[in-house]
Amino acid sequence: MSAEKSWPLYEVFIRSKQGLAHQHAGSLHAADPQMALENARDVYTRRGEGLSVWVVPSDAITASSPDDKGVMFDPADSKVYRHPTFYDVPDEVECL
Amino acid sequence: MTQTVAEPEHLRSAFDAYVADEKKIEPKDWMPDTYRRTLIRQISQHAHSEIIGMQPEGNWITRAPSLRRKVGLMAKVQDEAGHGLYLYSAAETLGVSRDQMDADLMSGKAKYSSIFNYPTLTWADIGAIGWLVDGAAITNQIPICRCSYGPYARAMIRICKEESFHQRQGYEIMMKLCQGTEEQKRMAQDALNRWWWPSVMMFGPSDADSPHSAQNMAWRIKRFSNDELRQRFIDMTVKQADYLGLTFPDPDLKWNEERGHYDIGEIDWDEFWTVVKGNGPCNRQRMAHRTRAHDEGTWVREAATAFADKQRARQQQAAA
Repeated sequence: MSAEKSWPLYEVFIRSKQGLAHQHAGSLHAADPQMALENARDVYTRRGEGLSVWVVPSDAITASSPDDKGVMFDPADSKVYRHPTFYDVPDEVECL
Repeated sequence: MTQTVAEPEHLRSAFDAYVADEKKIEPKDWMPDTYRRTLIRQISQHAHSEIIGMQPEGNWITRAPSLRRKVGLMAKVQDEAGHGLYLYSAAETLGVSRDQMDADLMSGKAKYSSIFNYPTLTWADIGAIGWLVDGAAITNQIPICRCSYGPYARAMIRICKEESFHQRQGYEIMMKLCQGTEEQKRMAQDALNRWWWPSVMMFGPSDADSPHSAQNMAWRIKRFSNDELRQRFIDMTVKQADYLGLTFPDPDLKWNEERGHYDIGEIDWDEFWTVVKGNGPCNRQRMAHRTRAHDEGTWVREAATAFADKQRARQQQAAA
């Protein structure tokens, strides 16, 4: 068994209906992308969960690290002026 | 997974507070080593159970009494394979490889639910498994949909949705048998007699004998004690059996007005531990079958790898 090469991991994304974005559903191992797609169909869409499937080699994903959460996302916290409620407008003026 | 030397106290206490606040942990977040190891053990054990669970049910696919029953059973067994795969994927996010989990199952190092070490002797057993075993599994699994570990909770949500078809399928099989001839009803009763106690034991040892219970509750891996879940299952199932007109192999089973629950007789924990330790009716058969399936599939895996390599080489050549 140890002599065997293990198959790479793929992340599976599914579009559940037209008009919605693909969403991460899980992952699976496959020898090649075609097999990953076929297995994703069988593993993640047995009950009409999808109309379109993406498979992406897991090691092709570049992800932010939880350790960098602060550096990455804190700067947005102080920028309250990016939200509509930051601006004072009179109640009686409509459509604002 | 590296052995951590000593976990920084501030990280550990921040983690405990975060989880106690019902917030979720995701794969790359810091987590205590024991939390990681507990989850790897529990999720992989759960995955192995789904995979081994295909065997007692697969036993009846070719002999299902009608096409309707056969397609239903095949769909169910296919679901079990799917559930195993969702769970293996969830476990992998914690840093254990699929190969390692397979190896641990086949070497006997990893456990799976003991219920699958009992044989399926008649068609009624397929009904009893769907109704009782899947019923017990659902009772156990619904609270895990709120587990603090994100990937496990998400896998459980999918699984619970699908399990409810299994339970209804099982109950329908039992119902048809109970509405059938005397012999068919006897078959249903016999299946209930054999599967009842093993199903009750699926919830594991009593709270007093579950050493990790308190920690797992604090970490929101577990929500209710084994005994609470067991009671929930018993209360729900007794009424369902009444409808079928079946009885339980337990003279002490009776409604306790004061508690508002059913009391049951003494559970035979010696039997439980005998099966856990590998000496149930089918332990060796299940492991031998799993290992044989893995060995006989070697050439398929090798062929798929060789084909993928060839395709890749061709693409590279064409691009050059």
